[in-house]
Amino acid sequence: MVTLNINGTEHVLDVDPRMPLLWALRDRLDLVGTKFGCGRAQCGACTVHIDGEAARSCSIRVGDAVGKSITTIEGVTGKVAQAVQKAWQDIDVVQCGYCQSGQIMSAIVLLAAKPAPTDADIDSALAGNVCRCGTYVRIRKAIHQAARELA
Amino acid sequence: MRKHRPLRPSVNPSGWLALLAVALVVALLLVSRDASSAPPTSRANGLSAFGTIAIVVTNPRCLNCHQADRPLQGDDRHAHIPRVERGPDNLGAVGMRCTGCHSLHANNDSSDVPGAPNWSLAPLSMLWQGLSPGALCQALKDPARNGKRNGAALMEHMGKDKLVGWGWNPGQGRAPVPVPRSELVKAMKTWVAAGMPCPDEVVMNLPSDAAGALGKEPWSH
Repeated sequence: MVTLNINGTEHVLDVDPRMPLLWALRDRLDLVGTKFGCGRAQCGACTVHIDGEAARSCSIRVGDAVGKSITTIEGVTGKVAQAVQKAWQDIDVVQCGYCQSGQIMSAIVLLAAKPAPTDADIDSALAGNVCRCGTYVRIRKAIHQAARELA
Repeated sequence: MRKHRPLRPSVNPSGWLALLAVALVVALLLVSRDASSAPPTSRANGLSAFGTIAIVVTNPRCLNCHQADRPLQGDDRHAHIPRVERGPDNLGAVGMRCTGCHSLHANNDSSDVPGAPNWSLAPLSMLWQGLSPGALCQALKDPARNGKRNGAALMEHMGKDKLVGWGWNPGQGRAPVPVPRSELVKAMKTWVAAGMPCPDEVVMNLPSDAAGALGKEPWSH
């Protein structure tokens, strides 16, 4: 048995500790806001927060997440998250939307650490989040807007 | 904005390293052909042993993370995908930390992302990118560039460090270091006992831009 703290709640799961965290989130706990993209930590669709850092849940083994605080898109809260959500809506960032949960999770980590990020900071922090619709320009604009809102 | 590095059209970086490795082994064999009759602590024996060490430390499993700005990946030494940066603590930039994907315990058999204790880009002081085997030898024995290690500490590091050990258990899709770890330890003992000689006489500097070529970026087409 494995105990995971997800969005502030302890979940006891009967799973192999080597199971990818994403499998546990989506298939065992029905937290399907976190997406499966590549399964190889190449695309960022599965990004969650582990102890406040962005992590690719397809590549984090459940056993490695025990004792840590896991936050998914369903559970992310606070003024940074709210500013990001508002900016995303104002600018209408989303196109197909599949990658956006991961984009938003990475954007929140960036803004929490760097309240006034440069374009280079955004490129560095979101380099692992791929968007096949090419919404990168709007993502960057939304992060800058959220930063102004938080200033 | 990202700097786009021009591709080198005519030089295969893996080819350079293979050529260097062969040249080094041949040169060291010539230097040490009488090594069998020489005392174990002789310079010839030491140089011969360094030939074995050089095969290990120039292997992608070691060299891929002894890079300047960002690690390389794979047996073909391509730039790390996704793009990552060294960051202030050798563990990545904000939002793209090493542990966001890499386990500190083991390789991930599902995603094939490698992992091991102390997973990290080597510190800049231990930069091996673009060094010839002779220059790498000098770097290896210089306490200012090897993590303040003397010969005994170097042997300990090569023989017991868990991140070094990952080189022999790199997970699916990556070739392990071709020299058994026990052979590396044996070679280290011989090299240290011989006073850690370096093949200064073997002049094999890489072309000045070969180091850059090793980091060919797949997105810079």
